[in-house]
Amino acid sequence: MRIGTLKETYIADAALFDSRTQKVWLAVGAALLVLFPFMASDYWLYLACLVSINVASATGLNILTGYTGLVSLGQAAFMGLGAYTVAVLETKVGTPFVLNLLAGGFVAMLGGIVVGIPSLRVKGLYLAIATIAASFIAHFIFANWKFTGGTGGLSVPPAKLLGMALDTSFRLYWLIVPVTILMLLGAANLFRTRVGRAFIAIRDRDISAEVLGIPLLRYKLLSFGLSSFYAGVAGGLWAYFFRVVTPESFPLLMSIFFLAAIIVGGMGSILGGILGAVFMTMVPELLKLVVDLMPGGSELTVFLSPVRTVIFGLLIIGFLVFEPHGLAEVWRRVRRFFHLWPFRN
Amino acid sequence: MTGNFDWAYLFEISLTGIAGGGLYALAALAFVMVYKATRVVNIAIGELLMVGAYLFFTFASMFALPLWLAIPAAVLGTGLLGAVIERTMIRPLLGEPPISVFMVTVGLASVLVGLVEMIWTADQRRLPDFMPTQPIMVGDAFLAPKVFWGAVIAVAFIAAVLVVFRFWRGGVALRATASDQAAAYSVGINVPRVFSLAWVASAMLAAISGIIVGSIGGISSSMGVFGLSVLVVVIVGGLDSVLGALVGGILIGLIEALAGAYLGGEYKLLATFIVLVAVLLARPYGLFGTHEIERL
Repeated sequence: MRIGTLKETYIADAALFDSRTQKVWLAVGAALLVLFPFMASDYWLYLACLVSINVASATGLNILTGYTGLVSLGQAAFMGLGAYTVAVLETKVGTPFVLNLLAGGFVAMLGGIVVGIPSLRVKGLYLAIATIAASFIAHFIFANWKFTGGTGGLSVPPAKLLGMALDTSFRLYWLIVPVTILMLLGAANLFRTRVGRAFIAIRDRDISAEVLGIPLLRYKLLSFGLSSFYAGVAGGLWAYFFRVVTPESFPLLMSIFFLAAIIVGGMGSILGGILGAVFMTMVPELLKLVVDLMPGGSELTVFLSPVRTVIFGLLIIGFLVFEPHGLAEVWRRVRRFFHLWPFRN
Repeated sequence: MTGNFDWAYLFEISLTGIAGGGLYALAALAFVMVYKATRVVNIAIGELLMVGAYLFFTFASMFALPLWLAIPAAVLGTGLLGAVIERTMIRPLLGEPPISVFMVTVGLASVLVGLVEMIWTADQRRLPDFMPTQPIMVGDAFLAPKVFWGAVIAVAFIAAVLVVFRFWRGGVALRATASDQAAAYSVGINVPRVFSLAWVASAMLAAISGIIVGSIGGISSSMGVFGLSVLVVVIVGGLDSVLGALVGGILIGLIEALAGAYLGGEYKLLATFIVLVAVLLARPYGLFGTHEIERL
């Protein structure tokens, strides 16, 4: 039983993983992630890859929206930038996939910095709507530029590792999940550094942050850049996963999906980004399972898509009204219960 | 090309654009009303419009009610929905950060689209015709009758709303709440009731513009896209400015029509969003919006 923590040094206080219990559980989690592909069916591997890509992108958005307080409805556009960069490099240049992914990240980062420029003058809702503009402009570019393949899009050859094509969910798993974990560790570390702390200060009160000597524009742009870098890499993984990139692949709805994921998961919490992305990706699949199990399921499938839309909206509303801190807060409560048990909590 | 530029065509396009802008202005007014009174950015405005149009479709086509009954019924129904939304989703979030409430309306938009698809399916439908059909000629320029009459109705309603909220007690209360909530409370205005009033009135206005938009272009579950243009209109005009809604509506209507006619349909949204970004960079609070002063 653990009823409290006592930190005796600053190093202990700033540690990434602070308790022994946490380390043990993380090791168990890592072991499960390694064992998972050997036990799961193709369908579950496919889902795992999809979830992993969404976790990466949601974490990126969480840096921007959850930690820096800049609401963005353009995450899908940046994913699109990354995906198209990867697709173009892979088909026309043929560079190795690691380079392509990084390039995708950096191109998206540039896009994010450009979109972030108004963020010093425009705040809150005006900014959110300005980022919608980004997704329309990006869509237009994808659909009309020559080397993006127009409305037909581009097909992407599989990523190659040492001459082996990563063309099954099983093989892709070993690319996508480690990249996502790296990005998660990066994000978790970010908030132990000067930069991450500056982001949090800006979120809590940007004018105070400026008074404290944080250059607002530089850090806001940096936040946009980092978040878009995550989106770009996630978009690149997306391109290798689905192997075809079209202008319709990254609609505004997808940006809303990511914003919903961090709301449901918990804004300003790395764990929240993970939980939210997993939850929001799995709910439609679970819904499909439920419908399949119900008698007369074939008639109900007509309603599947609208029911998903309704549930998607209800989840956003429900979490905001009843559980504004999201699943991460639920998880914290569960944990506290076990820490304090058998005492009242 | 430059020598014989077709000025008559330009005139015709501009007229259509301005008439279409009248519709944007009406929907933008619905948006501004909620924003002014409750500080809620209602991204679901396009979906409310859609619900109004579908209710009209149900009453007029499926129940075969006469028009003079179907239109008010649809408008009242949407107003009731506005009241329900305010009560169940907006009021519990009083005092929460504006972004939370904004996201609630994002969720609301999703719920409304899903419900419409469940009840009426996603297929495109036609609304019964109720506007005169002989073409309108302004000089030599031809104007589609539905667009013309739609704009006329929109302008009539905008004028009516402005007059009502200038002189009616409820309107005075609404404007008082908009300018200073705490002061409005202290002079005995029932602020929560004003919130309800703003949502009901806004939903009813949205229903009216939905019925007009639907009868021009047909209705489908993707009609909410109209709301995106309305968002651009209000951002360009300034979120809390009625004048901004009117000017922005006509401006965006004009730009969309011109971009659509001279560059092609796919440039419509692009042009409006480029205007949006340009306006935001030059005047962050829109053309007529209140500049918020921030202090520590």
